[in-house]
Amino acid sequence: MHALAVEQLRKVYSTGFEALKGVDLSVPEGDFFALLGPNGAGKSTLIGIITSLVNKTSGSVRVFGRDLEREPEAVKAALGVVPQEFNFNLFLPVAEVVINQAGYFGIPRREAKVRAEMLLRKLDLWDRRRSEMRLLSGGMKRRLMIARALVHRPRLLILDEPTAGVDIEIRRTMWDYLRQLNAEGTTIILTTHYLEEAESLCRHIAVIDRGRIEAVAETGALLAKLDTEIFVLNLKQPLKCLPSLPGFALTQCDATTLEAALHRSQSLTELFAALARHGIEVGSMRNKQNRLEQLFLEMVQRGRGTRAAAAQAA
Amino acid sequence: MSARAGLALARWHRYWITFATLLNKEVLRFSRIWVQTILPSAITTTLYFVVFGRLIGERIGTMDGFAYMDFIVPGLVLMAVITNAYSNVVSSFYSSKFSRYVEELLVSPAPPWVILAGYVAGGAIRGVTVGVVVMLVAMLFTDLAPHSLGITLLVFVLTAVLFALGGFINAVYANSFDDISIVPTFVLAPLTYLGGVFYSIDLLPGFWQTLSLLNPVLYMVNAFRYGLLGTSDIPLGMAFVIILAFIGVFTLVSLRLLARGVGIKH
Repeated sequence: MHALAVEQLRKVYSTGFEALKGVDLSVPEGDFFALLGPNGAGKSTLIGIITSLVNKTSGSVRVFGRDLEREPEAVKAALGVVPQEFNFNLFLPVAEVVINQAGYFGIPRREAKVRAEMLLRKLDLWDRRRSEMRLLSGGMKRRLMIARALVHRPRLLILDEPTAGVDIEIRRTMWDYLRQLNAEGTTIILTTHYLEEAESLCRHIAVIDRGRIEAVAETGALLAKLDTEIFVLNLKQPLKCLPSLPGFALTQCDATTLEAALHRSQSLTELFAALARHGIEVGSMRNKQNRLEQLFLEMVQRGRGTRAAAAQAA
Repeated sequence: MSARAGLALARWHRYWITFATLLNKEVLRFSRIWVQTILPSAITTTLYFVVFGRLIGERIGTMDGFAYMDFIVPGLVLMAVITNAYSNVVSSFYSSKFSRYVEELLVSPAPPWVILAGYVAGGAIRGVTVGVVVMLVAMLFTDLAPHSLGITLLVFVLTAVLFALGGFINAVYANSFDDISIVPTFVLAPLTYLGGVFYSIDLLPGFWQTLSLLNPVLYMVNAFRYGLLGTSDIPLGMAFVIILAFIGVFTLVSLRLLARGVGIKH
């Protein structure tokens, strides 16, 4: 069964702006799914409609086989959402925010307190349970939004840029927790600007741009589409002049740094062997650009190019 | 019990918990800041009693056969109920829109009527609480004994519910904090002051008397005055029909606004 099935979803705002132009998307149960797209692509509108925060213009949304329009209570009970922007009553204590949310989902107060304690401990917020929301840091507020979204134990968790503005350490902790949740059976849909996050966490990726889904694929298969990858090589010895290495595209950045554009048909071993033949020894190496980021840009530009050509032909 | 009945019972239990959570949040909200929410009406009413009741009232004499101080008690109490029930819901719901934490409710399975019931009950409880406080203040200045406790309480609660609903509709349409003070200042205050709080409409000339009958507050003040003093400018039955009709219309409008997401969804 699909955790989420969206068909021909359209949204036209009162200003006339068409944010979604007939989106079709399905997410299998148990998946860890990334929804990627540039700003204004329609990600938040899509999530808004699924979570009942935005009214759709047409189309349908089904969550675990239940139609949002016909069975809104069943759909909402199965969903947890972590929005992009903070949406708290800033004067409420931390624990109260989670307990109240449980109450809105019909969970008795005694049970709500137990769940709130478990989640606040898990997300390292228990010591701040009596603090007013406005006194929390940005990272704490992000974690609290996750606790609030999980208190009713949703089967589908939707996170709209959950790690925006969060430092690396907390981000890694949040990733670990999300992986654990997914392993325990929660289907997770994530939008993010950190493509590294999607590459590291998600099994499937959808790219959305200008209200249309450009591609949906398994993360590994999507990355395999990359023809060329650029590596930055740090040399052990300074290099006076870059020798010619037939078959390899090399650029010298400075005395100890080279950039190598490696085609999918070439291997790093071949490159290192060719360099070694000229007495060049590589000390360390890194990807110049996040691979997914590169692919994402290629796909978005390709999609826009295809549509522009179609429009011209018409 | 059949499976279907069990599911229905579970659903109603869930609704009850949601309602109780929302109500608890609303009551805590105004009781935590009681100095700003409960006390001002008590002080204002004391001043009304001292100035209008004692100092000026003694020169006015009687109205409808009652000492002026006694005559204005029902209106002053109801004025406090109206203002507080209205302002509680309008400020609470608008704040939840402004800071976007209304989304906590919108993503939950709570149906619109449960959300409305929670906010309205919260506003009504504040209105009734303040009304009781003002009534206690009144007892320091007068020695009133209710003519009909049942009618007094019924009007008390119905008025609080009606104006809590009014506050909710105002909050739905409000786009700024200025918008939530426009109605109380330019609509509610004139209706209350011209609703027979300080005078009997028998004192007005014919045209103004007829015009006063269009003011819904007049019916509430008179029904409440009947409950406390046993006198009213208008028939009691008509007062209840008008109050209930307004509650019915405001409830339907509020539910429709919530279901369509007016002012809260794009």
